Amino acid sequence: MEIPQYQEFKNELHGWYTDENAHKEYPTLHDREQSGNKIVSSLEEAIRLCGLKDGMTISFHHHFRNGDYVLNMVMDTIAGMGFKNLTLAASSLIDIHRPLIGHIRNGVVRRIETSGMRGELGDEISRGLMGIPVVFRSHGGRAAAIESGELPIDVAFLGAPSCDAFGNANGYSRDNDTGVICGSMGYAKLDAQYARKVIILTDNIVPFPNVPFGIPESDVDYIVKVVAIGDPQGIMSGATRYTKNPKELMIAQSACDVIEASGLFKDGFSMQMGSGGASLAVARFLRDRMLRDNIKASFALGGITGQIVDMHMEGLIKKILDVQSFDLDAANSLKNNRMHQQISASYYASPRNNGSAVNQLDLVILSALEIDVGFNVNVLVGSDGLIRGAIGGHQDTAAGASISIITCPLTRGRIASVVDKVGCVVTPGKTVDVIVTDQGVAVNPLRKELGDRLKDAGIHVVDIGELRDKALKLVGTPAPIQYTDKVVGIVTYRDGSVIDLVRQVKDNE
Amino acid sequence: MMFIPGNNPAMIKDAYIYGCDSIMFDLEDSVSPTEKDAARSLVFHALTTIDYGDKELVVRVNALDTPVGIADLEAMVRAHIQVVRLPKTESPEDVVFCDQQLTRIEKTIGVKEGSTGMMAAVESAQGVLNAPSIAKASTRLIGIALGAEDYVTDIHTTRSPEGIELLFARSMILQAARAAGIAALDTVYSDVNNEEGFRKEVALIKQLGFDGKSIINPRQIQPVVEIFTPSQKEIEKALAVMAAIEEAHKKGSGVISLNGKMVDRPIVLRAERTLELARAAKVLKQEA
Repeated sequence: MEIPQYQEFKNELHGWYTDENAHKEYPTLHDREQSGNKIVSSLEEAIRLCGLKDGMTISFHHHFRNGDYVLNMVMDTIAGMGFKNLTLAASSLIDIHRPLIGHIRNGVVRRIETSGMRGELGDEISRGLMGIPVVFRSHGGRAAAIESGELPIDVAFLGAPSCDAFGNANGYSRDNDTGVICGSMGYAKLDAQYARKVIILTDNIVPFPNVPFGIPESDVDYIVKVVAIGDPQGIMSGATRYTKNPKELMIAQSACDVIEASGLFKDGFSMQMGSGGASLAVARFLRDRMLRDNIKASFALGGITGQIVDMHMEGLIKKILDVQSFDLDAANSLKNNRMHQQISASYYASPRNNGSAVNQLDLVILSALEIDVGFNVNVLVGSDGLIRGAIGGHQDTAAGASISIITCPLTRGRIASVVDKVGCVVTPGKTVDVIVTDQGVAVNPLRKELGDRLKDAGIHVVDIGELRDKALKLVGTPAPIQYTDKVVGIVTYRDGSVIDLVRQVKDNE
Repeated sequence: MMFIPGNNPAMIKDAYIYGCDSIMFDLEDSVSPTEKDAARSLVFHALTTIDYGDKELVVRVNALDTPVGIADLEAMVRAHIQVVRLPKTESPEDVVFCDQQLTRIEKTIGVKEGSTGMMAAVESAQGVLNAPSIAKASTRLIGIALGAEDYVTDIHTTRSPEGIELLFARSMILQAARAAGIAALDTVYSDVNNEEGFRKEVALIKQLGFDGKSIINPRQIQPVVEIFTPSQKEIEKALAVMAAIEEAHKKGSGVISLNGKMVDRPIVLRAERTLELARAAKVLKQEA
């Protein structure tokens, strides 16, 4: 029999059914779990099965922070298998990843794309370790580059604190807790979705289905069981403690005054706060004022801390959107609280995604290494010219939030934080609204009305030039850093445009 | 009055941002003998470089029977310090000696004689017993203070949470200050993390009549300000008293009454003091 008007449907219908079309599964769930399904015997085998070749791009997430064993383990294996000239696209790199220095020297890694780096790796790269500059992207910028195919990932190596035999993976497990927990898998979710091949590395194979999951089995190709994915102490600090530093406390009080006077402190507002001392103190002081005025926030976004969780439990923050859980309290809340939602880096901050959660922010509290009189912020390069930070979500939240507030001491030791020109522009001044220091608040001239509102509320608003002068008077003008002409880092804005370059620091020895 | 170790540049450079009334740079107990020169030089440069705004600036010098103490005085007068705090004052002679040294240095460098103020810290049984004569020993004295750590050791006890062992010394020093017409300042509370205990102690010394509290951490400022700042009710009452006086003066009436009660001199003085404190704490709305 003819299928009527088959020409019309020829791209979606595949002819008449025969028994060749049906495939019957006889094994039981038990049989499949016993056989291991996507679990392969070794990391080497998984790498071979993925078809990794010289010159390809591999990716990692940084949810295990300074307790991460996965990146170093995988890189050692890859190096042992003889691969060369790889591009390493990690969501961020930290001190524990210093063995990468050897892999760069040996030619295993040719290029790096990351949000940031610290420690010896940052020092070495700043001193010219690599032949090709490192590309730095914000969390949202990285998400956009991956989604658009500008940063194609061939193989993603994603560590997970729990995974079933079919690949449903998560940063915790509701019923098989091993004590290794990272909470949200926000950065890994995106890599899993877009990488050509995905390998999950886990020390905890749990029964199917691993619900809830951060990464669905449909995104996973192979699973490798390893002895350990990380050091729980390094992955998670315990409960984050409140600062006792009087200067941070003072800056936090001022930031709260700014929030209160901004006009945005009303029922249903939204916010993001970092994990630094001053940010945590802002949360604490804001809590008191929210209780006093009976104000509740609709949601808190971003990297989540125990402080945010406490406010959620008290009913002060209705919902939490969590791209990265900063401490154990945050991870446990994600595990236990219904209104605490895990989100991907794209959902969080991608500029290609109109619904990106950062755009729904009323307020964000951010930190800075340096700010200049044009309100440009540096969070990447130290005053010695060495790379020692990460862009993180800084650019994304500053752009998305209705008001971005930077908290920063005027000086740190003998180093001025408010300067004439930042050593490296990471977040453009156009998106930075208020700077809160221990010696006064400066408002971006682009936000004149906001400045007037703060002044009317009695806040000590000063010109940013005045802050710079005061800082310079206190600590003096440092000798300029000596650079060579070699570019070691390309700093991108979240849309992929280049916002600054990091040059090689001249060695004095 | 916030104590700042004289050898800590980080604390020295922004001690003024926290909202205390007075900053005391310490060259004495918080500086080890080997660092005395460095601390003196550091404080000298801070005083001559940094704009501390309207803060009262005090330096605690080393004992004047040591060469270090005299060198401290020489440097601090040259830095135009407002007040020198004399540690471990035992007798009026100690005060007089310091006064003479200050006069000598002021003459040498051509600064107006008597322009450097003094504060005497009493830290022993002998000092406490001599407090009345110490407080009157020099016109330079702006205040007298208790240093409790050395004092409790001297009288063979330790500090308790309630501070009963300090009651006599505090009372003596307070009477001495009032009799001499100078300020009385209480000792430090070292357990920075015990805010509740600190608040209790500040309430106690305010009730005893002290003018202020020595503090060792910026976190202690807010509790002192809160406790010493008159309440809105107290301010309103004081304003009513002042209004009643003005009214009576206009009428030429000798007897002043407010809400049917006689307002006598102590009430007026207390009202004036309340308003003074309120103004200092910037909680008094602009008077008409």
